[in-house]
Amino acid sequence: MAILIDETTRIIVQGFTGKIGSFHAQDMINYGSNVVGGITPGKGGQTHLGLPVFNTVKEAVREVGAEASIIFVPPAFAADSIMEAADAGIKYCVAITDGIPTQDMMTVKNFLRRFPLEQRMMLTGPNCAGTISPGRAMLGIMPGHIYMKGNVGIVGRSGTLGYEAADQMKRLGIGISTSVGIGGDPINGSSHRDILERFEADPETKVILMIGEIGGPQEVEAGMFANKHMTKPVVAYIAGLTAPEGRRMGHAGAIISSAGESAAEKVALLKELGVTICPAPAAMGETVAAVLSRL
Amino acid sequence: MDIHEYQAKEILSGYGVKIAEGGMAYSPEEAVQRARDIGGHIWAVKAQVHSGARGKAGGIKICKTHDEVEAAAGALLGKRLVTHQTGPAGKVCGRLYVEAGTDIAKELYFCFLVDRSSERIVMVGSAQGGMEIEELAENNPEAITKIYIEPAVGLQDYQAREMAFALGLDPELLSHAVKTIRGCYRALRELDASMLEINPLVVTRSNELVALDAKMGFDDNALFRQQKISELRDKTQEDPREMAAADRGLSYVGLDGDIGCMINGAGLAMATMDMIKLAGGEPANFLDVGGGASAERTEKAFRLVLADKGVKAMLVNIFAGINRCDWIAEGVVEAVKKIDMKIPLIVRLSGTNVEEGRKIIADSGLPIITAETLAEAAEKAVQARNEAVAKEAAQGA
Repeated sequence: MAILIDETTRIIVQGFTGKIGSFHAQDMINYGSNVVGGITPGKGGQTHLGLPVFNTVKEAVREVGAEASIIFVPPAFAADSIMEAADAGIKYCVAITDGIPTQDMMTVKNFLRRFPLEQRMMLTGPNCAGTISPGRAMLGIMPGHIYMKGNVGIVGRSGTLGYEAADQMKRLGIGISTSVGIGGDPINGSSHRDILERFEADPETKVILMIGEIGGPQEVEAGMFANKHMTKPVVAYIAGLTAPEGRRMGHAGAIISSAGESAAEKVALLKELGVTICPAPAAMGETVAAVLSRL
Repeated sequence: MDIHEYQAKEILSGYGVKIAEGGMAYSPEEAVQRARDIGGHIWAVKAQVHSGARGKAGGIKICKTHDEVEAAAGALLGKRLVTHQTGPAGKVCGRLYVEAGTDIAKELYFCFLVDRSSERIVMVGSAQGGMEIEELAENNPEAITKIYIEPAVGLQDYQAREMAFALGLDPELLSHAVKTIRGCYRALRELDASMLEINPLVVTRSNELVALDAKMGFDDNALFRQQKISELRDKTQEDPREMAAADRGLSYVGLDGDIGCMINGAGLAMATMDMIKLAGGEPANFLDVGGGASAERTEKAFRLVLADKGVKAMLVNIFAGINRCDWIAEGVVEAVKKIDMKIPLIVRLSGTNVEEGRKIIADSGLPIITAETLAEAAEKAVQARNEAVAKEAAQGA
């Protein structure tokens, strides 16, 4: 079993009939994901890509038993779509949308906390490439063919840097149980720590690669969790060695704004917590290989 | 996005925060006129640049005569102010704010900001104002009070009172303090600000609470619904290359090195820059061309990187997902031909249709250096840069 999604997960697409939603829905279907329909308010009753379109997420849950959702809704409306999914009883949601206002995400997180833990929707993203359990299901926009099935879990903020990691591992014959993109925004659905917790509980995952970057407290919080509560080794790479203080490096959340947020400081803290550090981004594959060989 | 002190004060004044009387000036004559309009015997002439710590950098001058105002304005206008927040290049002062002198009895620190850890808005205050909060946090953390705001119900009066007492305010000032704090909170929420700092917030000798400085930063992602805030943008305070990039939908940050970069994805861009550094070089810029790197976009990105005349070599690193390496390769070849590039170019392609992409580069007949892996790309870029510098030196000699 991988984490979060597999070939049985019943997936719907929010923002289904738009250009981007259509393109990636088709790509996910081609990969083998169990897409069961989509949502476009006002287009309910139509058929798109051979699948039913619904007006609301509640209908999709009722009619086709939707469990997971992926969001391609524009930034101004995306927070609303996430909350609709949570309220309808969706268990896992990936928000791809880049550019959601921070205060909207604050509202979303507060809304999610109203649900008791066992009923609370898991959210990853926004501003991410999604989640893939190689060979089983893809709930995202990544190139599925670069991922090999195996037992390393990946969690990271960046899309293409995650591809780079998967590619380095594939070249060394190392496969992946699940790769989760948590996105580049300052407030996101799940943290590095949340995903580490899932990987710790997954019997198939043996080692976890955490790909972090400058800005925010999440990598160090994850390191503290790993130190206290995890039996599995965690390998980390932190991007942004050359990033100057106070400048936003592409991602809305990639900004050093207080002590402990630079790459060098995070690396030092993670080392102390017993996390294995990749000395360079080109060494993600070999560092994971070395840790695997010691198991 | 950041705004100027005078703009932040104008906004806050509309939310019930008391500020000293003041006005804008673009010339020494205007500055004197503002001082006359304000009246009194003491004025502060303040450089309007997007940075804190302006006082330390000589950007704020206290004047006691109109002649002093004129001289201060003359000295500040056009001056490049360098603070620890602006970087060594500094920021040019093109506007002044002339303000009535305030008779200060006590300086306090006050701010609201979005806290990433708690995912809430936090209110921060200290009775020890005037100092930078980072300094205070290091030297005297127990002097800082933090109050977290529950997003669903917003700031409550009791929280504003708790802050007022933590700031050591006189009970007589309580209702005014609550009004000031509530006003700041409303401004932050309604205008999608990510931070609002009043440092110092002062108690005057006539026992009034006045915002002596004001700084606001806004969430770029929310500017689409904050038209009035977007209009406050002062492009002279931003790096012209970054502005040009933003206008073209590219994400660019200029740095001090000499190896230009064009990469897709923010994380991979940072990682590639790290790799350059580890290979002994220094990146000239951060540039994320995004997912849909068309030939047109590629050319724009090339022009942007090469506009920096200090660039000695350029590295392109693309991991194609939705993109295709053959499309990227075509764009690169086209751009190099159009621009008539004089410096070495290193290209590393990976991902979808990589073989086709590499073939296009190889068949182009252009002197493009190719690399298969991230490490190889960085090493070759540093090597090409070193050779270019050595050649220049030889020619110079």
